[in-house]
Amino acid sequence: MTDANGDDLLLRIRGLKIEGRTEEGWNEIVHGVDLDLRRGEVLGLIGESGAGKSTIGLAAMGFARDGCRLSAGTIEFDGRELRSAPESARRKLRGNRISYVAQSAAAAFNPAHRLMDQYCEGPVVHGVMGRAEAERDAIDLFERIHLPDPEAIGFRYPHQVSGGQLQRAMTAMAMSCRPDLIVFDEPTTALDVTTQIEVLAAIRDAVEQFGTAAIYITHDLAVVAQMADRIMVLRHGLLVEEGDTRQLLSDPQMEYTRDLLEIRRFRVEERPRPADETPVLEMRGVTAGYGASTVLHDVSLQIHRKRTVAVVGESGSGKSTAARVITGLLPPTAGEVLYDGEPLPARFDRRSTDQLRKLQMIYQMPDTALNPKQRVEMVIGRPLQFYLGLSGSKLRERVRALLDMIELEPDTFIDRLPGELSGGQKQRICIARALAAEPEVILCDEVTSALDPLVAEGILKLLDRLQTEFSLSYMFITHDLATVRAIADEVVVMFQGKVVESGPKSEMFTPPHHDYTDLLLSSVPEMDPDWLDRLLAERAELAKQGRVLKAADN
Amino acid sequence: MAVTSDTPRRSPARAVKLLRESPWSARFGMAVILVYVVAALFAPAIAPYGETEIVGAEYEVWSEQFPIGTDNLGRDMLSRVIYGARNTVGIAFLTTLLAFLIGSIAGLLAATLRGWVDQLLGRTVDVLMAIPSLIFALLILTIVGTSVINMIVVIAVLDSTRVFRLTRAVSMNVVVMDFVESARLRGEGLWWIMRQEILPNIAAPLVAEFGLRFCFVFLTISALSFLGLGIQPPTADWGSMVRDNATLISYGDITPMIPAAAIALLTVGVNFVVDWFLHKTSGLKE
Repeated sequence: MTDANGDDLLLRIRGLKIEGRTEEGWNEIVHGVDLDLRRGEVLGLIGESGAGKSTIGLAAMGFARDGCRLSAGTIEFDGRELRSAPESARRKLRGNRISYVAQSAAAAFNPAHRLMDQYCEGPVVHGVMGRAEAERDAIDLFERIHLPDPEAIGFRYPHQVSGGQLQRAMTAMAMSCRPDLIVFDEPTTALDVTTQIEVLAAIRDAVEQFGTAAIYITHDLAVVAQMADRIMVLRHGLLVEEGDTRQLLSDPQMEYTRDLLEIRRFRVEERPRPADETPVLEMRGVTAGYGASTVLHDVSLQIHRKRTVAVVGESGSGKSTAARVITGLLPPTAGEVLYDGEPLPARFDRRSTDQLRKLQMIYQMPDTALNPKQRVEMVIGRPLQFYLGLSGSKLRERVRALLDMIELEPDTFIDRLPGELSGGQKQRICIARALAAEPEVILCDEVTSALDPLVAEGILKLLDRLQTEFSLSYMFITHDLATVRAIADEVVVMFQGKVVESGPKSEMFTPPHHDYTDLLLSSVPEMDPDWLDRLLAERAELAKQGRVLKAADN
Repeated sequence: MAVTSDTPRRSPARAVKLLRESPWSARFGMAVILVYVVAALFAPAIAPYGETEIVGAEYEVWSEQFPIGTDNLGRDMLSRVIYGARNTVGIAFLTTLLAFLIGSIAGLLAATLRGWVDQLLGRTVDVLMAIPSLIFALLILTIVGTSVINMIVVIAVLDSTRVFRLTRAVSMNVVVMDFVESARLRGEGLWWIMRQEILPNIAAPLVAEFGLRFCFVFLTISALSFLGLGIQPPTADWGSMVRDNATLISYGDITPMIPAAAIALLTVGVNFVVDWFLHKTSGLKE
């Protein structure tokens, strides 16, 4: 490190303001942010959605999304001011000296071209390398980030490789011109925890090997703790706190940062399974699938009254399919679903209104679970009208009472459309809709995974309170073990359509485990900055003993 | 019903605001449509002569008495153009409405029920669309005989195939949403799902398509009338008015072009409004 003004300062942003266009005109979303990045340094940008972290990340490339503009401030990259530079000059830098890794690699790759063609495009267009050289380089890089079969993988199309591999290929592509700076925009958010590890390791190795500086954007403090040398906490387009990773984690100065650090500490005391009681809901030997492919193999699980059963597993493990069987959307080919000891008709349209009413569902994406043309009153009022026959002022009163219960001010929210609500508020409305039916069991399908950590925690606390108030049973489908730890009484681990392990929460979080449970548990990032190193070392040690803990697609 | 989904709580104020921000093309289109609607509604009051009244010699030139002359039977052209708005536009409007009723219900059914209903409706529509619609309409009208009712039904059925395709396609995007699944799991009936969950979400493209379809129906009616199988004499209709007076063109008289221009102007006007509406609903800002 030379002096502060010295030439090892790569990026220097001063007083950056960014405006977004709304119906009423320009609205400031980033209110003057300063940022310094030295060569080879990894800076973590963290904050909830709407904090402006992605917008700032893109601004580091002198780029503003459609409908946004960089309204004030300076962005100096390697001594050159980018905000006032002509577009052609900026374009020369992008992909060449600054590159970008998007959240969804699947959406960022062109599905019509092979990985190799897309890899080579950057270096060839920028005149860094010839095609043949670029191909040799690609294979070398694929090998360095531990992609399987590096010689051949480049000749596949994006849909032929897994999500985790694609995200790593994307990282390799970002490195193709050996840029000085890479902006990673939530590169692992869309991945399973088990896959995330490999991607994090690959990104860190790549950045270290070439001494590349990086801006790592995420909403997960535990992830950024593994990656960054320094962390900037953002909120509402303003800097909350900035500091060295270890220092910030051990001694946060601001209230908001402390809240972010606290989020994984919410715990519900485990309640033991009541003895000799008929479970309220039971799946018995269920086998089900779509067409010729069987997704669930002989799955059995029980949900008891006033208890929460968490079903965990990575994507494709069949946990959502299990929910579809229970709700009657997918009739099983074998086995049955019992409610209070009585078998339920396999198809939902054969079930009675009362059977439907007692079993409600809350969805993962509140955006698609609410009809955008229906106002809150209608959304919550319809089940009341449909199941309980309420109407007129009684109906309106009950809707208001339900809004109170989910901690939303009735006067403010009763007339709103879903488009006028935030993600967390939408999810609360979905909860109210389920509650309106006065159910006994609620299936929660990844209800918090689309939400910011702080908002998600609020939802979990709400669900917990409602459970005691209304004697509800929950089946909690999730891939997030922090959620399981927080809210579950019992845990069911699913892998490739089978239940591999199940039992009370306390047992499930104490070894020994089934290999898959172990993989799942150990893959959950912790706030400790040394966690990833330790984990990788442990896994390498285990591999020597012949126990390979790796996600299926790696 | 105690609660409805589309309560227009703030709509009057929004409509005014929307109108104030509309571009000149949309305003022009709306003005044209307004003029046509007024002409259609108040034809007897506006037109100087009756619709079928013979008031002068054949093919009289433009004069003070007959502002755009008389036709092949000596009827006042201006009066007939004004009455034509009532007949042609009115019938076109009814036909389009019927086409949308049939097409959108069939499309919603196909998208919501899927399975054999979708196959049956889809393949029937394929068969209907395989035959050029004007020729098909001519064929059927020759068989069933030409009357206004027959014509409305035939064109509506033929045109509903396009509406079906559009409705089915846009509904498919909505049917897969979780809120539709949630309504099904609640135990809602078919009609509720179609009317309350899907329809409000596909209304915008349907309204836009209504404008375009209206133009096509309008042109089809005029074409049929021109060929003698549409609106029958002596009812004033722009299509047949062009045909009846077509000979004048050879003498350099532009009178027969006036009903044709009336058709063209309305088509342009409707399209301007539809364009603007599409732009608004697609969320594009400029």
